[in-house]
Amino acid sequence: MNGNDSISITFCVTFFETGQVAAMKTISYNTVVNAVHNICIQACYNLPDDVYDALRQAATTEQSPLGKSILHKCLQNADLAASDHLPICQDTGTAVFFVTLGDGVRIDGGLLTDAINEGTKLGYSDGYLRKSIVNDPLFDRVNTRDNTPASIHIDLVKGDILSITVLPKGGGCENMSALSMMKPADNKDSIIDFVTATIKKAGGNPCPPVVIGIGIGGTADKAAILAKKALLRQVGSSNADNRYAALEQEILLRVNCTGVGPQGLGGTTTALAVHIEYAPCHIASMPVAININCHAARNASVEL
Amino acid sequence: MIMTIAITTPLQPAIVESLRAGDEVLISGQIFTARDAAHKRLTELIENGTPLPVNLTNQIIYYTGPTPAQPGKVIGSAGPTTSSRMDPYTPTLIKSGGIRGIIGKGNRSPEVKKALIDFGCTYFVAIGGAGALLSKSITSSEIVCYEDLGAEAIYKLSVKDFPVIVAIDTEGNSVYERL
Repeated sequence: MNGNDSISITFCVTFFETGQVAAMKTISYNTVVNAVHNICIQACYNLPDDVYDALRQAATTEQSPLGKSILHKCLQNADLAASDHLPICQDTGTAVFFVTLGDGVRIDGGLLTDAINEGTKLGYSDGYLRKSIVNDPLFDRVNTRDNTPASIHIDLVKGDILSITVLPKGGGCENMSALSMMKPADNKDSIIDFVTATIKKAGGNPCPPVVIGIGIGGTADKAAILAKKALLRQVGSSNADNRYAALEQEILLRVNCTGVGPQGLGGTTTALAVHIEYAPCHIASMPVAININCHAARNASVEL
Repeated sequence: MIMTIAITTPLQPAIVESLRAGDEVLISGQIFTARDAAHKRLTELIENGTPLPVNLTNQIIYYTGPTPAQPGKVIGSAGPTTSSRMDPYTPTLIKSGGIRGIIGKGNRSPEVKKALIDFGCTYFVAIGGAGALLSKSITSSEIVCYEDLGAEAIYKLSVKDFPVIVAIDTEGNSVYERL
């Protein structure tokens, strides 16, 4: 064994508690860049099947003729975007990433977050996607011209998985987000009222029918991330806990009785789905965050 | 009954005033894009008494920031953005800029509604999130000014049967108040 081999072994093996030796999975920086490039474009051109199916179902049940016609146009828009390779919506959003990174994965050649930002930059350029990020929120507001920096959330897990999901998040629906720092004395009715009031106030702004992500518990920041993460669940899937699943259905019913309807122009389809995620929280708190996704509820994933 | 009406820009005041909330309208002619940053600049010019870089009299402003055009294409996706963000600027643009129509999405403030009534301007909505479909009604696109703003620059678009719905008419009737 020469000197180089021993260096290589030092970096490329990990010792688990069992004493077994496992090789680190190495993924090159450029592999991540290319994968991110591809999913940014894919997400913006192709509406996910679950969202498309939910829209199609809504078009059959919507009671307002105008609402029905709008839902059909949303479907026609998604068809056209996919066939003509056009962005579904001109607001191709902030590139929000949810990454699951195993402790057995090593990125060779650079930082994972740098690779994601570089992939975003190239994907938004090659895909003719809109660059919607300004460098400074308050004073300069100069467009960075490449849609970076992306918003990146990384969960660390055991194993050799690297999965990356992009959620191009439009400004119209993101602006309708809300946070309520509820107290332990509040209950599920407080949450139902808060969500219903938020959706009514938002009206047509977030491009209904929407997908509603709700984060309950944690801290203010944790609840907000859970709310956004909830948007990534299969549209219409239920929380594994029956009590939260029932609450999802109750909120969906209430929201669809507001009359907001497609585009806020009236109707029975205001939301396609309500997804709740929850987390343990402080004895004094019950944060509730709402993140709304438009009917162009885009996302795409890759596993490396 | 839902009416479908074809109109052409520049808009004639009598035609604008005949439109009613809920009417489905197809717009042809030229329209101008402007969103947040462009509105800020235009209203600053008006407040300082400086002439605007584009004549908006009897014209329509479309709140959109399109995606870049692919090679050989006129424009990328081009759907409406949320109108309420332009509420602080809109009364000035109606009163002093002379615009007669606006295309966006979502409800407007009471101040905007008052300006629509006082100066005879119609607020239209297009389907948000249907930017690919709407782009098919755009036949040409050129930057007029504020190129430095990227997607927020002011473009002159030629449109043919661009589909919109009258959301607030010049009498103040609103589709949002029927709910």
